[in-house]
Amino acid sequence: MAKSQEQLHERRSLSSLIYDPQFRSYAFQILLLLVLVGFGWWIVQNTVTNLQAQNKTTGFDFLSNTAGFDIGFSLVPYSRESTYLEVFYVGILNTLLVAITGIVLATLLGFVLGIARLSSNWIIARLATIYIEIIRNIPLLLQLFFWYFAVLKSMPSVRSSLELVGGAVFLNNRGLYLPNPNANSAFLWVQIAIALVLVGGFFLQRWSIRRVELTGERFPYIPVFLVLLIVVPTVTWFVSGAEWNITYPELNRFNFQGGIQLPPEFVALLFGLVIYTAAFIGETVRAGIVSVSSGQTEAAQSLGLKNNDRLNLVVIPQAMRVIVPPLTSQYLNLTKNSSLAVAIGYPDIVNVFMGTALNQSGKAIEVIFMTMMVYLTLSLLTSMIMNWYNARIALTER
Amino acid sequence: MNKKIVTIALGAALSLSASAALADTLEDVQAKGYLQCGVTPSTPGFASPDENNNWSGIDVDYCRAMAAAIFDDPEAVRFTPLTSKERFTALSSGEIDVLSRTTTWTMSRDTNLGISFTGVMFYDGQGFMVPKDLGVNSALELSDAAVCIESGTTTELNAADYFATNGMNYNPVVFEDQDEVVKAYDDGRCDVFTTDSSALAAERFSLADPDAHKILPQIISKEPLGPSVRQGDDLWFNISRWVYFALLEAEEYGVNQANVDEMLGSENPSVRRLLGVEGEFGSYVGLPGDWAYRVIKHVGNYADVYERNVTPIGIERAGSLNDLWTRGGLQYSPPIR
Amino acid sequence: MSNDIAYVRKEMAPDMPPPVTQTGIMGWMRKNLFLDIPNSLMTILALAFLVWTVPTLFNFLIGNAVFVAEDGTLCRAPEAGACWAYVIDRFDFYIYGFYPDSEYWRPNLVFIVAALLITHLLWPDLPYKGISAIAFFVGLPILAVILLNGGSFGLPEVTTEKWGGLMVTLIIASVGIVVSLPLGVVLALGRRSHMPFVKYVSIAFIELWRAVPLITVLFMASVMLPLFLPEGTTIDKILRALVGVALFQTAYMAEVVRGGLQALPKGQYEAANALGLNYFKSMYLIILPQALKHVIPGIVNSFISLFKDTSLVSIVGLFDLLGTVQATSALVEWKAPHQATTGYLFAASIFWIFCFGMSRYSMYMERRLDTGHKE
Repeated sequence: MAKSQEQLHERRSLSSLIYDPQFRSYAFQILLLLVLVGFGWWIVQNTVTNLQAQNKTTGFDFLSNTAGFDIGFSLVPYSRESTYLEVFYVGILNTLLVAITGIVLATLLGFVLGIARLSSNWIIARLATIYIEIIRNIPLLLQLFFWYFAVLKSMPSVRSSLELVGGAVFLNNRGLYLPNPNANSAFLWVQIAIALVLVGGFFLQRWSIRRVELTGERFPYIPVFLVLLIVVPTVTWFVSGAEWNITYPELNRFNFQGGIQLPPEFVALLFGLVIYTAAFIGETVRAGIVSVSSGQTEAAQSLGLKNNDRLNLVVIPQAMRVIVPPLTSQYLNLTKNSSLAVAIGYPDIVNVFMGTALNQSGKAIEVIFMTMMVYLTLSLLTSMIMNWYNARIALTER
Repeated sequence: MNKKIVTIALGAALSLSASAALADTLEDVQAKGYLQCGVTPSTPGFASPDENNNWSGIDVDYCRAMAAAIFDDPEAVRFTPLTSKERFTALSSGEIDVLSRTTTWTMSRDTNLGISFTGVMFYDGQGFMVPKDLGVNSALELSDAAVCIESGTTTELNAADYFATNGMNYNPVVFEDQDEVVKAYDDGRCDVFTTDSSALAAERFSLADPDAHKILPQIISKEPLGPSVRQGDDLWFNISRWVYFALLEAEEYGVNQANVDEMLGSENPSVRRLLGVEGEFGSYVGLPGDWAYRVIKHVGNYADVYERNVTPIGIERAGSLNDLWTRGGLQYSPPIR
Repeated sequence: MSNDIAYVRKEMAPDMPPPVTQTGIMGWMRKNLFLDIPNSLMTILALAFLVWTVPTLFNFLIGNAVFVAEDGTLCRAPEAGACWAYVIDRFDFYIYGFYPDSEYWRPNLVFIVAALLITHLLWPDLPYKGISAIAFFVGLPILAVILLNGGSFGLPEVTTEKWGGLMVTLIIASVGIVVSLPLGVVLALGRRSHMPFVKYVSIAFIELWRAVPLITVLFMASVMLPLFLPEGTTIDKILRALVGVALFQTAYMAEVVRGGLQALPKGQYEAANALGLNYFKSMYLIILPQALKHVIPGIVNSFISLFKDTSLVSIVGLFDLLGTVQATSALVEWKAPHQATTGYLFAASIFWIFCFGMSRYSMYMERRLDTGHKE
């Protein structure tokens, strides 16, 4: 009897252990840890064996080796004697160049589209809708192929380039050629002046807002800022003795030389990214504006706010709260989508580093790891900025 | 939990088409009943599929020759089209048994990638193609030109070397696969298209107007193109190498696809050894005695293969590096004895 | 008395019709097109744009297009528009790739079955969804492998190198959804788990894959996967792409499902606990059915992205729809100025029909689900 009591007790404590959520949770997590470690170990073992069988070494030493190949478009000096590490930098810079330009242009086009979709003008609203519905539902890669292969084909050849702006700008199937405004060293002063005005404008805006809040008097800070932005640098220009030394693109034996050259790969990629992403941004903007209930507008009207104030003080701040999070994810998408450069030969990081450098060095693991880290860093940076911004504009409930 | 399920799912998916490539490739190939051969996706004359996915080309015929030696059936081979990026991984991971994909034999590849080259099916060199109306007659006039190149190849490195050593600037326009390179050149994106001169000759016919383009005389590199196998399987290496030599040996002694049956009765001891009438050379490479007879019967000798595939794309053999050594070329086989 | 005043009306005057400028077509135009000067200017600009583009487009697509031709000669004429004859000539290749003609019924059958099951699953208010869900997530993959690959039941084997065209696009998209939905649910639950280790592993997995572009994942799958597996194990090219797509899509699906889980009121979780249900039962019976229903539009939207993204496999050398179109875009016998454009237009319209259809469905579901929510 006593024995069976004891057995019962033992069994209960065992079964209660099984049913104890705390214990189960720990057991499960340890199990998961073991499985993950085991899986990772299995992969590492396999990789090591495979690499040994292929006689390959691992490590990041190859980054200081000479790459030996050329890159067609680079923001920093690059030649065949440059190292793989420099290839990495060139790739990152090219990715950032197309991503940042694309983000600026796509935002502009996207806001225009979003507002046009809500326009009271029937035909404009319809056109915007058609644009968005067509572009959103076709793969970006297909659009890039179209912009690159189909449009490039219909461009004139170098000899019969399109001359625009009186022979200063040329367009042909090798790209877009612009005059390059090289300024002399005194131009530095003008740049400083512009920077100062920008900083000053920021404080001007804060001051004028404070003034409105305290006294109710308005200060026309936007016109003042714009005037300052034009006048101050211009005056500095003349005082400092800065001057342009414009180089125009010129045709020599094969191609145009001099000036700023935008290769068709860059133009096509930028075009494709902007047109595609703008369709999504347009939808985001529309949703943001629609989300501000009409009661808000009516309330603002009944408070006697003027048209502009109603938009600036009531509608836009509320719409931005809805627009900004998806807008950021569109920015990230654009950056990630710029990796499709590899399909049309623009030397972004995936193309020159994960493509060419990987092939020439054979260091698959290291190269893929580094490339993924670049995107991961960009993504984490963006979400950090996003979180900061969200916290700033979040509804402060009182 | 999540990872565990991923692992299980992966494992299940893999078991669908996983196959273990043992160290003994010959046994493995015989067990599965066909040879898996890596080729280019499409290079006329070397390897290209027709509408029904029937492959032809000199690289393809080499694979068929191996299949003929092993199975007595030139059709017992499956082709895997590979990009330049995938080719070495495909070989070393065992996805393919032999890589016969216009691959240049270089020291680093032969030593540092875990693969071994077994012969030179085609001696090639890098050249340049330009539109005739540019009026260029020499590669040395190409300073500042835009050059279309396939990325990840020796071509890309050679071009960089060549322009640097001759003190010329150029603007590289680089694509992942050869088709896009040709398309871009045809659309006028570049002034020059550079790759192995055999491929230049072949690709010229895929241009809108082949007669409007010409190949410049300069050859700027050595490009010995040949098949390769995984390191560490000597028997398989020997099979691959001696199938190639058998093609040359047969040509040297006048044995071809048409007369191979007659030649069985030949008095020439070299021919008798080649065709397995004398000696047991097949057993040295783990194959039946008539291994070379099968190769010649089904595929032909080197001249047959060359004329069937390379002559039609307009590359003459006589007097070139690819001629037999007896006629001043480089194609030479050690004796079978 | 006042009733008799002559100049006071005894009955209401009849309503006057509104002025001509406010009703009918005139009123509509005034209101929607010419409200004020900037509006009128925009209308005129837009009309000019339409007058300029629509006839050009029409002529290119239909008017001057070549529909029947043996080769590219007609398409090479200077005024010729789109070269549809070239697309018609290559149509089988665009749909099936190198798949042998005599075996076309196999992919056809698989896709008819898949289409029926999907219709049943997505059609609201139909009974027996459980059965077709099992058929779709378990039965269909098995059927597809047996039929498409062949090699058993007396079917000749068709190796994956011969697969191509729209068929591959649909296969990759379907496998992506079949694999990513269950795994995504598991990861989403993991991310909301109270167990810290499970939570952080899930977060790391989701955020890693969401941070990188699909093309890097595909490159990784095609170059590195062979290195990760035991020596000598080989996996098929298509399977490698599938692994990449599935991993990638799982992360996105997990986020969609998490949205649904977060939207559920806390009371549902508490009620399930109060009923004494254990974790799995409460998820299976209470939480997931509600959460998943609400994220159907999200799932469909994420599927649209996946469907468009499948075109990236053409970069790693698979012949999906875009890959086949791109591969034939320089075909010598059809050489013509608009050859490539016509091919792209064809591919674009197929992608568009699928994606637009799905997006309409997702909007319809959104409206339907919305009504249940409003109080």
